[in-house]
Amino acid sequence: MTTTLHRGLAPAETADALPRRRDLIDLDGWTPDELQALVNRAAYLREALAEPTRRFDALRGLLVVTLFYENSTRTRVSFELAARRMGADVASVAAASSSVTKGESLRDTVETLQALGANILVVRSSQSGAPDVIARHIRGAVVNAGDGWRGHPTQALLDLFTMQRHLGALAGRRIVILGDILHSRVARSNLWSLTAMGAEVVLCAPPTLMAPDIAAAYTTRPIPGTGERRRVIVEPRIEAALEGADVVMALRLQRERQQAGLLPSLREYTRRYGLTTERLALANPGALVLHPGPMNEGVEIDPAVAHGAASHVEEQVSNGVATRMAALEMIGRALAVEAR
Amino acid sequence: MAESENGQRGAAILLRGARVIDPARAMDGPGAVVISDGRILACGLASGFGADALLGPDVTRALGRLAAEGRPAREVDLPAGWVVAPGFVDLHAHLREPGFEAKETIQTGSRAAARGGFTTICAMPNTHPVIDSRATVEFVQRAATEADAHVRVIAAISKGEQGAELSEMGELAEAGVVAFSDDGRPVSSGKVMRHALEYAAPLGLPIVEHCQDEELVGAGVMHEGAAATRLGLKGWPAAGEVVMLARDLELVRATGARYHVAHLSVAGAVELVRAAKRDGQPVTAEVTPHHLLLTDDWVAGERTGPLAEALAALTGEPLPDGPRYDANAKVNPPLRTAADCAALLAGLLDGTIDAIATDHAPHTQVDKDGEFGEAAFGITGFETALAALLALVHTGKLPLATLVAALTVRPAHAWGLDAGTLEPGAPADLVIFDPEEQWTVDPARFASLGKNTPLAGLRLRGRVRQTWLAGRKVYDAGETAGE
Ligand SMILES: [Zn+2]
Repeated sequence: MTTTLHRGLAPAETADALPRRRDLIDLDGWTPDELQALVNRAAYLREALAEPTRRFDALRGLLVVTLFYENSTRTRVSFELAARRMGADVASVAAASSSVTKGESLRDTVETLQALGANILVVRSSQSGAPDVIARHIRGAVVNAGDGWRGHPTQALLDLFTMQRHLGALAGRRIVILGDILHSRVARSNLWSLTAMGAEVVLCAPPTLMAPDIAAAYTTRPIPGTGERRRVIVEPRIEAALEGADVVMALRLQRERQQAGLLPSLREYTRRYGLTTERLALANPGALVLHPGPMNEGVEIDPAVAHGAASHVEEQVSNGVATRMAALEMIGRALAVEAR
Repeated sequence: MAESENGQRGAAILLRGARVIDPARAMDGPGAVVISDGRILACGLASGFGADALLGPDVTRALGRLAAEGRPAREVDLPAGWVVAPGFVDLHAHLREPGFEAKETIQTGSRAAARGGFTTICAMPNTHPVIDSRATVEFVQRAATEADAHVRVIAAISKGEQGAELSEMGELAEAGVVAFSDDGRPVSSGKVMRHALEYAAPLGLPIVEHCQDEELVGAGVMHEGAAATRLGLKGWPAAGEVVMLARDLELVRATGARYHVAHLSVAGAVELVRAAKRDGQPVTAEVTPHHLLLTDDWVAGERTGPLAEALAALTGEPLPDGPRYDANAKVNPPLRTAADCAALLAGLLDGTIDAIATDHAPHTQVDKDGEFGEAAFGITGFETALAALLALVHTGKLPLATLVAALTVRPAHAWGLDAGTLEPGAPADLVIFDPEEQWTVDPARFASLGKNTPLAGLRLRGRVRQTWLAGRKVYDAGETAGE
């Protein structure tokens, strides 16, 4: 008998249950209760946003700065919209021009933002661990908007939200992540949250795109709060992986992987690992198809699947704003407690 | 000045009361050492009976001779728990001068060495300019005349460490270098390595290889495994080291040249060295304290492996977590797994590994301050080596005499250096340490300009009290305690 069995979406009108956390760097330390509380709050905010007059002010008087060392308009706009709807002032710094950030320049940037009075820094970087380093140098809170191959926690939270909206509790569900796991921060953050909610995560990729020792990497880290073992399976055969799946999350395949010698060709990848209608038929009836975007239609996902009935890709984008509002609200509340 | 009376003619010194360990002569017990004219005059164990019970017959005789010459030895009484040993010999250090004086200089590096008990340190040539000519060798030798340690020079295998044309090894040998290495990078070309071994063979000097297949390693920043996967960092596989070592060992077999493996880090490489030695190949190898003691988990701030276990056993509580993406745990080759640590220790215990070498690699704060992927590789090693290694001794995993041998006579023998023993006539280079004294690692107090250690803040057991160089006391913890 586990507590996760009955866990599921229950829109939370008050924010009181939100986790007491002042940074959002990754989800490795999150308990199932914390994840559920954040998703519940996102569910409530999603409904409330439908009323055009509703205003939220958890971030009133706070300055949220987006610092993007890597270009991603979608994610940046989603955060900025979420921050404004929560009542924050928003500024954005596009640092993409200096892709290489040596110790001094990183510190300089962060100290400048500090001087400007940034309360919450939303960071996107091509370097794994950049948010951790920044958090050591800044008084304000840090939100990870994607770092290298390491994490993208708000994406994982919005994925969890989207799955729960259609499936309810995830305990015992089979969730397949399909594609370039090796280079995927989305896969890594999702591994923390989905396994914590009791799902079995099946990772499917050509062996050259699978991260080394990935099953052990996660199963040796028990779920915070429950102490239970995470369930992760590596299955390089796509048919075996999709058999009985409740969710299939396809990942973007970048063309550089072929040049890097990791793949013979995109054509062969599509033949062997592309998500097609026939392959999707191996999954459970009603299985969801997700994709963190942007999709390469015709490469990792067939257009018929990308726009078919099972696809929830557009909903992921709209759930993203509510999820980021909930995450920022969590931090705003923690900063308010600190200030008292 | 205390130094002026130390070890000068007419002022012989008797160090007595402590435990004397000189693995070169299988000596370990209460004893005494007499220093005169910068050399060891006598060294012996207490015999336990008769008139010379406390000093042993050799020391007693030497003192008698000195008295007869009218220059009685000044006596220094040491606590019985302290250890007197030959000064440590480090086959692998980066002193950064010329060219990178913000990271370290020969002066600060040798002062740090003295604080760590090292009296002979071998300087790697990946400076700017690279040490690949007589002029650069002599520059280092001149700069080292006033240093607090004997600085021996390793010259580059290839010009500019470019891995293409051989350096002028013959002239470099005449200039007094002790080995050749392109350390920091491997000799990627099998052809260049073959010719380097052939050319160096008649010179009698070892070729030192940083074993790494650069294509396999690629842009890796830490050990490839579960920790790298969790951290989303590009790993470098253990095979990258083994593959290169296997190639080299075939070339050694073909050329008969002396070959030394720098900083072994993986179990598979230990096994290859063991097999090569069994075969009688002229191969020697070293391991660093950090590869023996720390694991890849340290990059994530998770303290696992031999040092963490030993310190937890000694204090009864686990070590606190360190910072995530700890750039001070970023080193080349990378920290590996607990199984690799165990294989390295086994190699040290059975003699497969000859030496413990620090790979002292100081960097500035800025070099280490950015994102993990951008930070420089390297750990500063002199000032923590002994105390960290003693954790293995305190937990019964490594006999003290074996540790001292790997820091003294064995590295000296591996490269034929005049160091590493307390035999009469040897240079009076020695270290005196208290194996029990506890202290907290505070990089701000290091003599080294490099504060880059993952051990900052840890409480270690065992501390160097004094270091003597050619009969001169170059470090005394009692005098610098208040600094
Ligand atoms: Zn090296």
